[in-house]
Amino acid sequence: MAKLGMASGGELEHDIARVMNASEVTNLRRLSGGASRETWMLSADGNDYVMQRVRAGRPDGLGLEPQVLAAAHRAGVPVPELVVDGSESTELERPFMIVRAVQGESIARKIQRDEEFTEARGVLASQLGAAAARTHQISADEVSGLNQSDQLTMYRNVMDELGEPHPVFEIAFRWLDAHRPAHARQTLVHGDFRLGNVLVGSQGLAAVLDWELAHVGDPMEDLGWLCVRAWRFGGAHPVAGIGSYEQLFDAYESVSGVRPDFDAVRWWEVLGTLKWGIICINQATTHLRGISRSHELAAIGRRVCENEYDLIEYLTEMVK
Amino acid sequence: MTAPHDRPTASELLQAVKEWMEQDLMAGVDGRLAFHVRVAMNMLDIVDREITLGAPMEVRHEEVLRGLGVASDAELSHKIRMGEWDTDFPQLLEALRPVVEDKVRVANPKYLR
Repeated sequence: MAKLGMASGGELEHDIARVMNASEVTNLRRLSGGASRETWMLSADGNDYVMQRVRAGRPDGLGLEPQVLAAAHRAGVPVPELVVDGSESTELERPFMIVRAVQGESIARKIQRDEEFTEARGVLASQLGAAAARTHQISADEVSGLNQSDQLTMYRNVMDELGEPHPVFEIAFRWLDAHRPAHARQTLVHGDFRLGNVLVGSQGLAAVLDWELAHVGDPMEDLGWLCVRAWRFGGAHPVAGIGSYEQLFDAYESVSGVRPDFDAVRWWEVLGTLKWGIICINQATTHLRGISRSHELAAIGRRVCENEYDLIEYLTEMVK
Repeated sequence: MTAPHDRPTASELLQAVKEWMEQDLMAGVDGRLAFHVRVAMNMLDIVDREITLGAPMEVRHEEVLRGLGVASDAELSHKIRMGEWDTDFPQLLEALRPVVEDKVRVANPKYLR
């Protein structure tokens, strides 16, 4: 804490300049970050950067994200360029990484509605398809130590731990378990590939962010998650609310030579809807158990039923 | 429904708070705080809809469970998990649909297609 206090006096700027080999760091300011990380904006020698650092008291570390980010960059995925991998460093007290700042909008509502993104909206689904295809060309062993858990088993366990019975979710578990996609490839999977986790500029996709959930699995997971209704943010179309499956699949195929299997993508969409429903229960539980009291978390508990509603639609179509 | 309580009714109290938030509180905040005020206003609407619409929904939920031969969501969930409904999912989904629609009608009616 003492260190953070001194930061405003210029010590953190000085330390960052040293790890970046920059002559001067200016304009250091903290943005509201997530629960486990601090996010800082800064300028160094005339360029803008973003630093993420593990919060005090969090043991999680940065995991493999810097390595995944570097692998994605090598594979041609638009990502912020990694400048310093401080995941093993103690020079800024806690693990950190610094990336070059990318200009763009992440707020779904603006991307879907604002005038300046009109052109972007026409090409975004294709660009997301291409970015996913490049991500999935990264082989499972390129970054060692990635999680390879079975998603269905993982969320079964979360559901059981939460102990809130939802019959529709149980139907989804049964159906998903009985209809797993055959012959799935195993590649690097982004793990949270959706509107909200990408930066979009006037020309479309500027960068894919938030790689901390990257793991090894069936690459169709990313396409299914992208199309889950929650991530359409009220938009009418399946891909990020603004694009079609055809745009997504055509671009994916033209980069990778692999045509996504619609049934496999839909299976992952169903799993994604179930997963988001369980995450909603989990968020409310975090509040209700007093782990983090927050009316925002509490409110998410009443979004569980949106996922039950969507699952009834999906499953009714699929069990015909 | 409100006896022995005086007016404003529970619903009218919520609406009064919401109007104050909308007209006075919102004018003085922006950014993250404005977002959190909107979340809170939305929560008042959920409570209001539950007070207004909730009673017949509770009855419908009980009727649906009874029709499926169970006493609770927990019991139904267990039976589904044990595979007892595997060959009757279309019928089960149809039976559960009105209950889930009721939940959405209270939580976020705009979500209904």
